[in-house]
Amino acid sequence: MKLSEVQRMLQAEVICGQEWLEKEAESACGADLMSDVLAFTKERTLLLTGLTNVQVIRTAELSDLLAVLFVRGKRPGQDVVELAMAKNIPLLVVDCTMYEACGILFSMGLRPCGKRVMEGDV
Amino acid sequence: MTSDQGLILEFALNKSDFDAAGEASSKIKRMLQQIGVKSDIIRRIAISAYEAEMNVIIHAQRGTIRAAIFPDRTEIVIEDEGPGIADISLAMKEGYSTAPDHIREMGFGAGMGLPNISRCSDEFDIQSTVNVGTRLKVLIRH
Repeated sequence: MKLSEVQRMLQAEVICGQEWLEKEAESACGADLMSDVLAFTKERTLLLTGLTNVQVIRTAELSDLLAVLFVRGKRPGQDVVELAMAKNIPLLVVDCTMYEACGILFSMGLRPCGKRVMEGDV
Repeated sequence: MTSDQGLILEFALNKSDFDAAGEASSKIKRMLQQIGVKSDIIRRIAISAYEAEMNVIIHAQRGTIRAAIFPDRTEIVIEDEGPGIADISLAMKEGYSTAPDHIREMGFGAGMGLPNISRCSDEFDIQSTVNVGTRLKVLIRH
C-alpha cells in the first residue's frame, strides 16, 4: 500500500517527507516498544506508534522501516523531525488512536509483519 | 582504518547518553552500505549493534563498540564497565529485563535485546563479571 493511500485513508498530516509518499509499505506494525519493533518487523514496514522520541527514528533507520505514523495526535520535537529528514524517513501524524489507525489499515489490506527478523531459537 | 584485522570502526559509549544512542550503529551501517554488503545482512548487523549500544547506554557506566568489517563477515565487540550480568541464561530469556521504568517509557528495556542480538547473529559470545562489566562479541557472515 502506498504511503499516499495511508495518508488519504487516515486523513493524516505529513510532518516531513511529502516527496516520498509514493513509496510502497509492504506491511505495518503498531508498537510503542522499540525492542519489539527491532525484533519483529521486516524492511519497508510502516510503523504506527505513540512514542515521539529520537529512538523511534533511530529504530526506523537501523531496521530499514519505510515511514513512521504517530497516533493520538502526538507530535515529535524539532530534533526528531530533523533526524527523520536527514535519514529520509517520512513522518505522518493522525488524531485517532493506535487501535483505530491499525484497524483501518488492516481492513484495507495492509498486512501485519508477524515474522521475526530471524526465525529460530535463541 | 584498514588493517589485517579488517576495516575497523570504534566508538565510545556513555551511560544515559540517549541523544547519541544509535549514532555508532548508524555509522557502521553507512560504512557497510558504502562497501556494498547485502541489505538484509546490513539490517541484521545494524539491529545487533543498536541493541548492544542501547544495553551499554542503559545499564553500564561506559563502554566501546568496535566493528571489524571483513570481505566475508562483520565482527562486533561491545565491552563495558558496569554492573555486569549475574545470570546470563536469565538475561537471554525474552521478556526478562532489569531496566527501570523510565527506560521502558522510551520504548526499550522490554527484555528483547540479547535474544534478538543472538537471533540476528551467526556467532554470539557473552562474558560478564558482576560489578566489573560485560563483553559481547557477535559475528555475522556476509
